[in-house]
Amino acid sequence: MRRQLTLSVCCAGAFLVALLGLPLANYFFPEFMATRVLGFTLTWLILGVLFFPFVWIIAWVFIKRSIALEDAETAEVVRSGRKQ
Amino acid sequence: MITPFLAMTVDPWILAFSLITVSATIFMGFWSARQSRTASDFFVAGRSVSVGWNASAISGEYLSAASFMGIAGMVMKNGYDALWYPVCYACGYLFLLLFIAGPLRRFGAYTIPDFAEGRYDSPIFRKVAVIFVLFIGFFYTMPQMKGAGTTLAYIFPGLDYRWGVILVGAVITLNVSLGGMKGITLVQAFQYWAKMFAISVPIFVLMAVYGNYGSQLLPNAAGRKPLPATAPADTTWGSPFGPLTTKAAKAANASPRFHLPPEFRAGLVELLASQSPPTPPTAAGLSNVPVAVLVEKYASLQGAKVLTSSNFPTRLVSYPTPAKEPTAAEFKSGLEQTLTREGITVIPGGTGEIWAVPTAELSSYRLPPVNVRALSLLYTYSLIIALVCGTAGLPHILVRFYTNPDGVAAKRTTMWVMILIGIFYVFPPIFGVLGRNLLPELYSAVGAKGTDKVVLELPSLLNQKVPGLGSVLSGITCAGAFAAFMSTFSGLLVSMTGALAHDVYGRILRPQATPAERMRAFKFSAVIIGIVAILLGMRVEKLDINFMVGQAFAIAAASYFPLLFLSAWWRGMTVKGAATGMLVGGLLALVGVSLTSFTDLKVLPLDAYWAAHPLARILCEQPAIWAVPLAILLMIVVSKLTARDIPADVRMKMLVLHAPEQLGLKQEYIQEHQGH
Repeated sequence: MRRQLTLSVCCAGAFLVALLGLPLANYFFPEFMATRVLGFTLTWLILGVLFFPFVWIIAWVFIKRSIALEDAETAEVVRSGRKQ
Repeated sequence: MITPFLAMTVDPWILAFSLITVSATIFMGFWSARQSRTASDFFVAGRSVSVGWNASAISGEYLSAASFMGIAGMVMKNGYDALWYPVCYACGYLFLLLFIAGPLRRFGAYTIPDFAEGRYDSPIFRKVAVIFVLFIGFFYTMPQMKGAGTTLAYIFPGLDYRWGVILVGAVITLNVSLGGMKGITLVQAFQYWAKMFAISVPIFVLMAVYGNYGSQLLPNAAGRKPLPATAPADTTWGSPFGPLTTKAAKAANASPRFHLPPEFRAGLVELLASQSPPTPPTAAGLSNVPVAVLVEKYASLQGAKVLTSSNFPTRLVSYPTPAKEPTAAEFKSGLEQTLTREGITVIPGGTGEIWAVPTAELSSYRLPPVNVRALSLLYTYSLIIALVCGTAGLPHILVRFYTNPDGVAAKRTTMWVMILIGIFYVFPPIFGVLGRNLLPELYSAVGAKGTDKVVLELPSLLNQKVPGLGSVLSGITCAGAFAAFMSTFSGLLVSMTGALAHDVYGRILRPQATPAERMRAFKFSAVIIGIVAILLGMRVEKLDINFMVGQAFAIAAASYFPLLFLSAWWRGMTVKGAATGMLVGGLLALVGVSLTSFTDLKVLPLDAYWAAHPLARILCEQPAIWAVPLAILLMIVVSKLTARDIPADVRMKMLVLHAPEQLGLKQEYIQEHQGH
């Protein structure tokens, strides 16, 4: 459970840095964030398009690790059960 | 009712597609109703829905009228700032996945109130938790009803908004009371794909004709029509901190604001008493009276009390007697001129107050303009917190996690939901961008004719290029809109009806009820909730669809999210802590959003107060930034104070929440209770 929570908190951290950092970037570097990329302003491109794949990656990593953790935990309990 | 229907010009394509969607939904509801027999089938579909079906169904239920119509309308109206909505709607699932999805499924209870009771062995807490299913549910149904009214008013031009709400509300209520949840799983899954098709295909055709997403965002986009005066300018629309988040601060800066020192509270009464002899003022005219009397007279004309500074002039003035009896308005303007001449400035103060200040000292009381960008940043953060945490606390979405076979499947399902809805959410803002360039006349309309209908109307522009194509595509988006509000309203109806029938009736009112009685209670509750939802929906035509959904999220974020998060991960939580935090946080958020919405609907006369206090307005309109931490803090503090009440079997409960199923620790909460 503790390892699961650590994993959750790490993934949430990565996500929050991006999510809460974007308004700050808009606030402090408005000219840079208004740079045009393929017609979009940079900030529109990040928020309206690129943010979704970014979150998928975090979710994918989390699920892979989380299921591996659970398997390891199960294996551990089963092994210690056999010893008794 | 019949004759106006016939007199209208109804586009046959649009009507046909909408009718097909509605009849398919109803047919599937009836069809699967024959297959759902037991109470367990009715509530959570027998807990055996595969990951793919369940992910499509959750997505189908989640993508509401706010996602399908509201986001496009809001992006068109407000620009960049509205993009936070789709992004956070999708990303909120990450929080759900990281902290809540797995444990909740493993605990194995039907509803959130079940979880609340099971985690703390407290039937009273169940009752508290039920309240919020209904609060959040009703807040969430209102925008769905607006979507329904707007769509029907578009399909049948001239049909009253309210009739659309009644019609759609009645159809869905009937469907739910006959089909239950099993029907809904299948229908929801189908409707996700219907919505995905309906939002993406018209966009690809529109972009092929008018130019792609990026090029339409350029200020000199091809085919762009001139904007009306009511539309925001390009500079504020396309960049962060635009109209949506700066509205309150800009309203405050529109007129100069003053801060009066405390001694102003003394009022004129003492001053009048000190200026003898007080001449009673008459409407006809006044001669040789103290200035204070004039001010008092001015205030009484407006039904306000007056506040002044201590060095208010004590001299006597004359107010000319006019030839004939003046009207109240003439008398007021005459008084205003006299006061200006005497060096007194009168400012409308807070509610029911007038401040009379010697003009010479006015500038010392004037407040600097508020920092628009800083307040806008605050608004943005509060919105983000509400949407991200709120997703993890939506009762009608959470109930679906119990339809997963196990915790691993619950996590996999969430992953797929994120992908399915993430792809969807790229499209609605494109409608908003294209709508701004091609349909700017929507800016001038309000209510059901405003920007909220851009998704429905935009494709019909293609009729100018290829006759018929626009009608077909517009019919498709109308069908998608039907799918959107029908599926979400059904889901909400199921979870609210579940709360009422399962929790209030089955556990509180009549625990000894037979299965047949429970089924009847379910149907009866569905009808009651459907009627209330229709009545509420008829009143909210003026509010933006997306905005209303955001407020439901804020309430969920301040009540259920802290409860689920801390209950799943913190052993030290007690039932008193959980109840205190959830009630205080959730109710305060509810009061805040209600105050601002009632003002916007002209039910409460608080406009002047909000203009004077932009920070208060923002914190009430978007309460998550203080309400979520407050709820969490209260839960922790009260739990620490009542640490003796920690359930004795908390270790076992934590194991059930977190241990993998293969260990055989899983105990279905319901089974356990049936064993007693």
